[in-house]
Amino acid sequence: MSPALASRFFTTSATWKTRTVNFITHDDKILRERFCHQSPHGNLFGVQVQYKHLIELLKRTAIHGESNSILIIGPRGSGKTMLINHALKELMEIEGVSENILQVHLNGLLQINDKIALKEITRQLNLENVVGDKVFGSFAENLSFLLEALKKGDRTSSCPVIFILDEFDLFAHHKNQTLLYNLLDISQSAQTPVVIIGLTCRLDILELLEKRVKSRFSHRQIHLMNSFSFPQYLKIFKEQLSLPSVFPEEIFAEKWNENVQSLSEDRSVKEVLQKHFNVSKNLRSLHMLLMLALNRVTPSHPFITAADLMEANQLCSMDSKGNIVHGLSVLEICLIIAMKHLNDIYEEEPFNFQMVYNEFQKFVQRKAHSVYNFEKPVVMKAFEHLQQLELIRPMERTSVNAQREYQLMKLLLDNTQIMNALQKYPNCPTDVRQWATSSLSWL
Amino acid sequence: MSASLRPHGSQGLFVTPQSMEFFRPEYWSGCRSLLQGISPTQGLNPGLPHCSYSQYLYLGPISCKEKYSFQLPEQYREMSMKREGYSTEIHIQVGQFVLIEGDDDENPYVAKLVELFEDDSELYSKKRARVQWFIRFCEVPVCKQHLLGRKPGTQEIFWYDNPTCNSNISVETIIGSVRVVALAPDEVMPIDLKNKKTFFVKLSWNEKKFKPLPPEVFAQLNKLQEDNHRYQKPMQAKTKSAESPSWTTTEHAVKRIESRHSTSKSRHTASHPVTPRARKRLELSSFPRTPNTRISPAASCASLDSPGRMKRKVAFSEVMSPSKRSLPDGFQTSSPALKAPEKTGEIQHSCTKDAKKTSPDHGMILRARAPALKITETSEERTLTPIGGGRKSSVVPSVILKPEYIKRREGKEPEVQDEAPSTSRIRRKSSVLTLNRIRQQLRFLGNSKSDENDEEFLPAAEISDCDSEEEEASTTPLPRRTPNSVSRNLRSSMKSSLQTPSKTPKKTPEPRTPRDATPRIRSRNLTAQGPTNMLEEARLRLHVAAVPESLPCREQEFQDIYNFVESKLLDQTGGCMYISGVPGTGKTATVHEVICCLQQAAQANEVPPFQYIEVNGMKLTEPHQVYVQILQKLTGKRATANHAAALLAKRFCTQGSSQETTVLLVDELDLLWTQKQDVMYNLFDWPTHKEARLVVLTIANTMDLPERIMMNRVSSRLGLTRMCFQPYTHSQLRQILLSRLRHVKAFEDDAIQLVARKVAALSGDARRCLDICRRATEICEFSCQKPDSPGLVTTAHLLEAIDEMFSSSYITAIKNSSFLEQSFLRAILAEFRRSGLEEATFQQVYIQHVALCRMEGLPYPTMSETMAVCSRLGACRLLLVEPSRNDVLRRVRLNVSQDDVLYALKEE
Repeated sequence: MSPALASRFFTTSATWKTRTVNFITHDDKILRERFCHQSPHGNLFGVQVQYKHLIELLKRTAIHGESNSILIIGPRGSGKTMLINHALKELMEIEGVSENILQVHLNGLLQINDKIALKEITRQLNLENVVGDKVFGSFAENLSFLLEALKKGDRTSSCPVIFILDEFDLFAHHKNQTLLYNLLDISQSAQTPVVIIGLTCRLDILELLEKRVKSRFSHRQIHLMNSFSFPQYLKIFKEQLSLPSVFPEEIFAEKWNENVQSLSEDRSVKEVLQKHFNVSKNLRSLHMLLMLALNRVTPSHPFITAADLMEANQLCSMDSKGNIVHGLSVLEICLIIAMKHLNDIYEEEPFNFQMVYNEFQKFVQRKAHSVYNFEKPVVMKAFEHLQQLELIRPMERTSVNAQREYQLMKLLLDNTQIMNALQKYPNCPTDVRQWATSSLSWL
Repeated sequence: MSASLRPHGSQGLFVTPQSMEFFRPEYWSGCRSLLQGISPTQGLNPGLPHCSYSQYLYLGPISCKEKYSFQLPEQYREMSMKREGYSTEIHIQVGQFVLIEGDDDENPYVAKLVELFEDDSELYSKKRARVQWFIRFCEVPVCKQHLLGRKPGTQEIFWYDNPTCNSNISVETIIGSVRVVALAPDEVMPIDLKNKKTFFVKLSWNEKKFKPLPPEVFAQLNKLQEDNHRYQKPMQAKTKSAESPSWTTTEHAVKRIESRHSTSKSRHTASHPVTPRARKRLELSSFPRTPNTRISPAASCASLDSPGRMKRKVAFSEVMSPSKRSLPDGFQTSSPALKAPEKTGEIQHSCTKDAKKTSPDHGMILRARAPALKITETSEERTLTPIGGGRKSSVVPSVILKPEYIKRREGKEPEVQDEAPSTSRIRRKSSVLTLNRIRQQLRFLGNSKSDENDEEFLPAAEISDCDSEEEEASTTPLPRRTPNSVSRNLRSSMKSSLQTPSKTPKKTPEPRTPRDATPRIRSRNLTAQGPTNMLEEARLRLHVAAVPESLPCREQEFQDIYNFVESKLLDQTGGCMYISGVPGTGKTATVHEVICCLQQAAQANEVPPFQYIEVNGMKLTEPHQVYVQILQKLTGKRATANHAAALLAKRFCTQGSSQETTVLLVDELDLLWTQKQDVMYNLFDWPTHKEARLVVLTIANTMDLPERIMMNRVSSRLGLTRMCFQPYTHSQLRQILLSRLRHVKAFEDDAIQLVARKVAALSGDARRCLDICRRATEICEFSCQKPDSPGLVTTAHLLEAIDEMFSSSYITAIKNSSFLEQSFLRAILAEFRRSGLEEATFQQVYIQHVALCRMEGLPYPTMSETMAVCSRLGACRLLLVEPSRNDVLRRVRLNVSQDDVLYALKEE
């Protein structure tokens, strides 16, 4: 889009450029927020049935005081947290519920043992007011205190408590699964109404639970499986990129949305998306792609183009180790090629520096004209650099008195990776390239 | 108070065809056991009921004594009874049903008259009758009551099928006739019958179990019932009272009071000897009436219209004073006053009915009702005070009336024992009821501050109370302060203590935590909604937390544990028991029920009182904490684990330190395992000490736990008293479901059958079964279009629920994974096939993967992408992968069977 064309949209003032900047920063902000935070404001995609199940369950707990337990299972990025946030938001909007409900959020990565988890629960339930400013007492006292508190309640009179256990599988690794047993036991007995919601990505979660804990779990599971097809994926793409109608400058928003519409019909864009879809169906990776594309939007380049998306996709699908190889010196490349040949000859057996050096020497003496015959310590230095880059890995841990030349190593690169990297390698000497294709080419 | 409504006094008995009449001038209050030796339930009752007897005079010709002395007993077809001062006669024929005086006047025994005869060999009476007994539910031993498996009907009785029971009784014990209706097993028990004089018999009881009536008995009863009906008609015309045998008119009462007081004043005259027992009763029954009589004019004047109602009651309660009035005055004006309390009861009743009708927004109505309630209560309380304080009364639970006692109960409720040494079974029953009500009340005290919640419970309690009141009024022809009225008074005084906290300040529960903190969850402002339709009702009942009335299908286990604990309690020894079974088979629930029954029995003085403590291994942070918990529950003291262990050892191992037996339930025993096993050792060692009087019940999942993890010295102390709870079979699960869903028709029969069989085949876990059903009701609710009238839960719904809960999600996960993920799985399969191993490094799989993609014409997958795919599959455990530290050398394994993967991929 040319500045002239843009100026036609923003004719109102002379400072159209600054305004465009404002719009773009604004829309940038909206979209970035959308991509980076799992905000509960977005739409739900293809999980309406699961959502209904969850919201009904929460309502029954909040309104009828029924205790329940449920697991939300789905691969990473499938929208588990978004689902629960959505449901909680809707629940809180029901009149009279928000002040009658207590929420406890736990995360298995933060509450790494039951002691910490108990303190956190006590803190979040605001029971600490009774105890003091902070949670006092030993672990045992805390446990009996909390159990006592929850036991005192009954279905009709006490506030329901919603426990949300993120990374539920990690709680199952706590000692004796005490916390899970007690929480689930409360959910199965006539005490304070609770609903225990576990979020996990592990499909085998039930096998992790001990049998008596498992028996107390109600076996309700919600599976989120990203079960949408490509046309739906395309629709999601469109929705995610569109600006809301409440955007301050309506003309710009309209134009932006038009552009998004045309993008979604573009063949190359579809190809990019299809490729991305084939690799991963989760929305988080889509967000990543769109984020990269969005970063290219500037005042002089106000709309996303198909080229932006293609570039972003390339960035996404880049091979990280191949890129590292690009940055190596010729000597290091030669060492890697030597290792590749050793792998071919000895069938994936580990090698040591001496073997690589010998291989390299053979190449230099017989054939190479472009490669300087380096001294052994220099080659050793290059070898160590490769190890630092984790392109090669020692088989055992390095001991102090072991001779480094004879330490067994393994190459962490694949043959195809090496060949691809070599093709892109700038100014690669021809004989090195020839040597790489065939270990026998020097004969 | 209600006792004053009862007519009492002497009755005359006439036995035809002999014109031999004899008078019983004094109210005769002997008990059946004295006359006939055995009552149906007596064998189980160690505490002999209070028996006293009075003398009676024969006014008829004495010569007949010689006449029949050496002959076979003469038989009669009919007898007639006559009461003193009335010309009314009651004729009772052989084959009719009669009420027979028992040790509880409120619930007289019911029997069928089989024959009437005279026998001279008897010491006290020669007019004898042979009867077939019926038994009331409350006469069934407490520990067997659960065998019925449902709530008995209010007027339900059971055919007593026990040939060993003496059926020969004295005619004098018959107090009236009654109607008994036999019901077919499938007939529904009529509930709201006006006529409380009708009993229903459906089952027979043979001291072991309830059985349906034998067909011949049923037919016989039905025939008799028709005869009986025919016979009753002319009778009613003859008699003056409205309901023939139950003399409930106030007029009677007045007359009788008169006669009573005169007799009690005249003491022992030659013709009217009065036993001390009878006198005591008279005083008792007359006493609470006295204050009432004073205010009776006011009460009788006041209209019963709604505005005046409350006013009148205020007057009623204020005018009362405990001062004694002269008796003549009392009985002259007593009749309206006597009515008053009954009216109050009715008012309450109607109020509660109102409240129930408009339950969704009952707030206002309840508020309107509250003052009325309060006033009645206070009045009742005041009436009671003189008895409790001033008098030495024989009414058993009167001690409970004192507020201090109530407070004491609050503190240590489970250990409360009935103080009275000689209580009859029925009274015990009522005291159990009382205890339950107290518990209910205490729960209010403990939990709910908000008035709404307080009052939400009241209607139910009130209604049940009114019911019992009515029943009492019509069924018991004999006057006494009945246990029911006592419990009612107790409750009302409790209520008043609730509502007037200045008088009896609420006692806070014992501090359990440091710094005297009260552990509690904030209470809610929004009232919890009740179920609105059938499915919600069913869901509520199917929740695992909903405690059933009795546990079906665990009768044998219940009995075994009960017998074990009871024997230990009776022998005052200690012992251990080990209970095992897979989760969800009702171990803990059964033990709880046993303890509950035993506590009731202890209330009733059938077993010595005991203290019950429960600890759960899972609710401890480490095994030694068990000492702390036990000590705290036992004595309320707090101590460190080591100190607590020392204190407990001292308590259990030294002479005479404990007065009563302690029953300790240790749930999840396996978690108390320690390296040295000292915790288990101590737990099982204490009961072996003679002085300890400790019964330890332990529960765990594994059957061979003692052999597997315990040292010899520990398992030896545990002993061999073991019990194993088998997983429920499908028929048992079905029965459990049916018992929970008794009055709720929410499931198709096939559906229940299906879920029972599925779960039985899977695990036999009752929790699972209930959860599936609960989920199925939800699915049914979702799927049906009309939200107000959802249909029954069908097998389709249940299958969906089962599928949702148990189907492995791996296959759906594979089907829904991205294309690259699927082809990576294919590559794994290919690599496995190539190498013949079930494991491969990532690098090997990657090579296969690249080849596959090339074949399918896909873009070349980079290493990073493929690594990400592998990690994703590893995160949801479709694959088992080594930590990423190994990079391309990490080993990969399938977590699903290869066939499953193939199946899932083929479907595409």
